[in-house]
Amino acid sequence: MNAPERSRSLFRFAAPHNFYPLAGRLAPWFAAAALILTFAGLWLGFFVAPTDATQGQVYRVIFIHVPAAWMSMFIYLVMAFWSAVGLVMNTRLSFVMSQALAPTGAMFCFVALWTGALWGKPTWGAYWVWDARLTSQLLLLFLYFGFIALTRAIEDPRRADRAGAIIALVGAVNVPIIYFSVQWWNTLHQGASVSLTKAPSMATTMLAGMLVMAIAAWMYTIAVVLWRARSMILERERHTEWVGAVLEREAQLKGGRA
Amino acid sequence: MLEVEDLACLKGDRLLFRDLALRLQAGELLRIAGPNGVGKTSLLRLVTGLALPEAGEIRWRGESIRREREAFHRELLYLGHAPAINDLLSPLENLRFACAAAGDEVDADSCMQALVRIGLENQLDLPARVLSQGQRRRVSLARLFLSGRRALWVLDEPFTALDVKAVADLAQALSEHCAAGGMVMLTTHQDAPFALTPRVLDVGAYAC
Amino acid sequence: MLSTFLAVLRRDLLLAWRGRADVLVTLAFFVIVVCLFPFGVGAEPNQLRAIAPGVLWVAALLACLLSLHRLFAQDYADGTLEQLLLSSEPAALWVTAKVLAFWLSTGLPVVAVAPGLALLLDLEQGALPVLVLSLALGTPILGLLGAVGAALTLGLRGGGMLLALLVLPLFVPVLIFGAGAVEAEMSGSGAAAHLLLLGGGLAGALALAPWACAAALRITTD
Repeated sequence: MNAPERSRSLFRFAAPHNFYPLAGRLAPWFAAAALILTFAGLWLGFFVAPTDATQGQVYRVIFIHVPAAWMSMFIYLVMAFWSAVGLVMNTRLSFVMSQALAPTGAMFCFVALWTGALWGKPTWGAYWVWDARLTSQLLLLFLYFGFIALTRAIEDPRRADRAGAIIALVGAVNVPIIYFSVQWWNTLHQGASVSLTKAPSMATTMLAGMLVMAIAAWMYTIAVVLWRARSMILERERHTEWVGAVLEREAQLKGGRA
Repeated sequence: MLEVEDLACLKGDRLLFRDLALRLQAGELLRIAGPNGVGKTSLLRLVTGLALPEAGEIRWRGESIRREREAFHRELLYLGHAPAINDLLSPLENLRFACAAAGDEVDADSCMQALVRIGLENQLDLPARVLSQGQRRRVSLARLFLSGRRALWVLDEPFTALDVKAVADLAQALSEHCAAGGMVMLTTHQDAPFALTPRVLDVGAYAC
Repeated sequence: MLSTFLAVLRRDLLLAWRGRADVLVTLAFFVIVVCLFPFGVGAEPNQLRAIAPGVLWVAALLACLLSLHRLFAQDYADGTLEQLLLSSEPAALWVTAKVLAFWLSTGLPVVAVAPGLALLLDLEQGALPVLVLSLALGTPILGLLGAVGAALTLGLRGGGMLLALLVLPLFVPVLIFGAGAVEAEMSGSGAAAHLLLLGGGLAGALALAPWACAAALRITTD
């Protein structure tokens, strides 16, 4: 396959009217995978994995907490990636992707904080301690809020896309700096209690449960983002012919079913 | 000199115009016409490079203005809707800053002469906040007398709020610029006594 | 080459001088915020001394944040920003000039009155030079990062709150190292590392933020 052909086949799905049906076909599969993996992961985590010697049953919250925390950080990077692609290549779908990712990232961030607080109460004796990882996670949540608020506040979609992309990139450059500075600031607290450095000492079933849950979070994210991107595309391209055709067809389908 | 091809302009989620093409040669005066809201100002802003076109290309001396932005901006003078006048500065300070910021080496004397020529000899040192709308516009228009070496003048409603005599003076200045091989692109709802008949481009013809 | 840079710097300083009431308001804000803390946490000298670096730094940061919206608002409203974007110099240069003028007219006065306020909170006199130095290195970073936020939120409804939401998380590292420098000096462990990191942060912000800000301004005026 020569280069121009490949690039054409790559960019074929970068056009919204090609992406729309593709996303519609793929999303349910990812959603189903997410559902199955979540059940599998929770079963592994809550029924198979042994009780932790020091923390008892409480530690089981990590099966939700850790994948959520991973995902929240990873989604911000993906958001910044799509923003950069959008600014450089001027593809509207990239901006749609980064804006579709943001609410899911913020949700995982919130889940990580919440489960962290629930785990902290019995373990540390307080719902919140200014632990380096919790604090960075909180700042990441603020970065998500800033991105979402900015893209929502700007009415002109093109300006919203590009302004959001700039702030996502500025945030991505700052995330490591924030993380480093917060760690520097936080020297009073003990090192990570639940971290990958301890992974070898973890029971394999614990690790397996956590990984399965992480993959489930991935599948969930992909499914939700595809669906959200679809509705964003419909809204943005509502004046175009192909959206008119899609809406008509879907109305007919619904009419036929009723 | 200036070539515009297949230009499309998106405002919000509405396409204002598309497939717009125009060419401007040395010595030409082009009037952009069309009803309100058709995209005249948007077209001017696209041509200056301030706004990004949805599609199409704009070339200056054969080079895309996005690639050769700095060279293009050295030869461009754009006076937009807003007069770019700061209330806390006097007309003289405003004009000197406008020239210096654009990269023109202009001394205080020539700035003063330009302001006198446009009829502001009594307001040179007043803060701009006491000036009338017409006087503010004149301050920004005074740049025309100092920008002869800039080949392309893009003017958005330059005649607004000016009296009859000022309109005639301005029309003469624009005609002189064209006679000297310059180019002028402007929007206006008024008739002005130009020495040459302006070519007219109706944006409405490309509206979507 | 630097004609636009110098023109912008000179004009913005002149404007700051003519509108010096704004600068005084910023300073008064800084002073009042610092004075609120003893009322809130009690006037126990040891306690005040312990929280002084953080209080001074947070107050300086808020004073900076509150004046940030002035950076481009007037130029955006009257069309000067468009003219600047049409200059043939790289926009990052005159953006730097604007931030420099902003810092000279807002940041520098804050840095100058900080030692006086530090005495109100009974900060050790030995830590005063470090306080001044950390503010002198840190507040320009706030200005540079804030300029990006200010450019992105120009002309938006509720732009002020949005600006705060955008830039405050980015200000956290500056706050940590700035206040940390003073605390380290007080605890006797030396502030060199903190100050070096602040200096490095300033160099990084100077290299990157003007470009991001210029890109943001082009997007905003599009």
